Amino acid sequence: MLLQSPAVRIGLSIAIATGLYGISFGALAVAAGLDVWQTVALSLLMFTGGSQFAFIGVLAGGGSGSAACGAATLLGIRNAVYGMQMNRMLGLAGWRKYLAAQVTIDESAATAAGQLTRPEQRRGFWAAGLGIFVLWNLFTLLGALLGDAMGDPRAWGLDGAAVAAFLGLLWPRLRGREPVALALLCAVVTVLVVPFVPPGIPILVAGLVAASWGWFSRGSPLEGLEPDVDPAERAGRRASDHGHSDRDEDAAR
Amino acid sequence: MTLWSWVLLASALAYLTKLAGYLVPARWLQDEHATRMAGTLTIGLLASLTAVNAFSAGTEIVLDARVGSLIAAAVALALRAPFLVVVIVGAGVAALMRL
Repeated sequence: MLLQSPAVRIGLSIAIATGLYGISFGALAVAAGLDVWQTVALSLLMFTGGSQFAFIGVLAGGGSGSAACGAATLLGIRNAVYGMQMNRMLGLAGWRKYLAAQVTIDESAATAAGQLTRPEQRRGFWAAGLGIFVLWNLFTLLGALLGDAMGDPRAWGLDGAAVAAFLGLLWPRLRGREPVALALLCAVVTVLVVPFVPPGIPILVAGLVAASWGWFSRGSPLEGLEPDVDPAERAGRRASDHGHSDRDEDAAR
Repeated sequence: MTLWSWVLLASALAYLTKLAGYLVPARWLQDEHATRMAGTLTIGLLASLTAVNAFSAGTEIVLDARVGSLIAAAVALALRAPFLVVVIVGAGVAALMRL
């Protein structure tokens, strides 16, 4: 039975936790001015939460389609790193590679990386990836329909919900002093630049600052590559076999 | 370009980025600088998006109910609330502050 595999159980539990918050993406996307079908298309085709939130976050702030596309694409670059890791770890061939690519996101990569044998890594990857894909899309549709029925998004505080969502996506990546300093720097740069350039551009300026930071400074190569929902934590053991094995993660949170 | 075109273009770029990881020679992406940049970029962009959504209205810096959402969300996250709860807290605080 597949359900007896620990990796599948972890993957499905991640899928439920992550898929559920598709509802907030759906509602916020409609509040940002997308229609229900554009919202659904983003979850089906783009399918990488951070980039989807970035796309609608730029539009909500009055940014152009090109700035939204740029921010979403830059935020998706880490998926290439996951793709490279999964390619080595899972050893997939043929059409499976092309399917795997679409469900290569923070959570599926982290679930696979938390397993010790290749069969379990594969099961964990697919359980989390496909599970999240199904639930994320269902809950996106539900959220979009709810958002559509809500009327004035500001009266419901949906602009405040967007702020909370971005902080929630950032939070798990703030382990240790360096990422906190980088996040504060980028937030300050953004606020300083806002009055002088068109909406959406401050995010790209902050991206440039962050990329330079990564290029010119030394530090952990895995900084910022943490999933929103940590599979290892869900499995009830220490998150020591993927990423920051050299730090006491619980103390830093 | 229409909004639909941007949705489709951004989605295509997202897929090609993921696929690139599977198709390009591993040594290209194994470079530690590249991996590290992908990570710092993620942190910087998310921090910037948080700031834009909390403090800006068009090209102006505005302090309003959203600052309350930011603080409340930070408290909820520090208490290890799940993502969806954090988002609902953010919405609730902004809605209440506007009553």
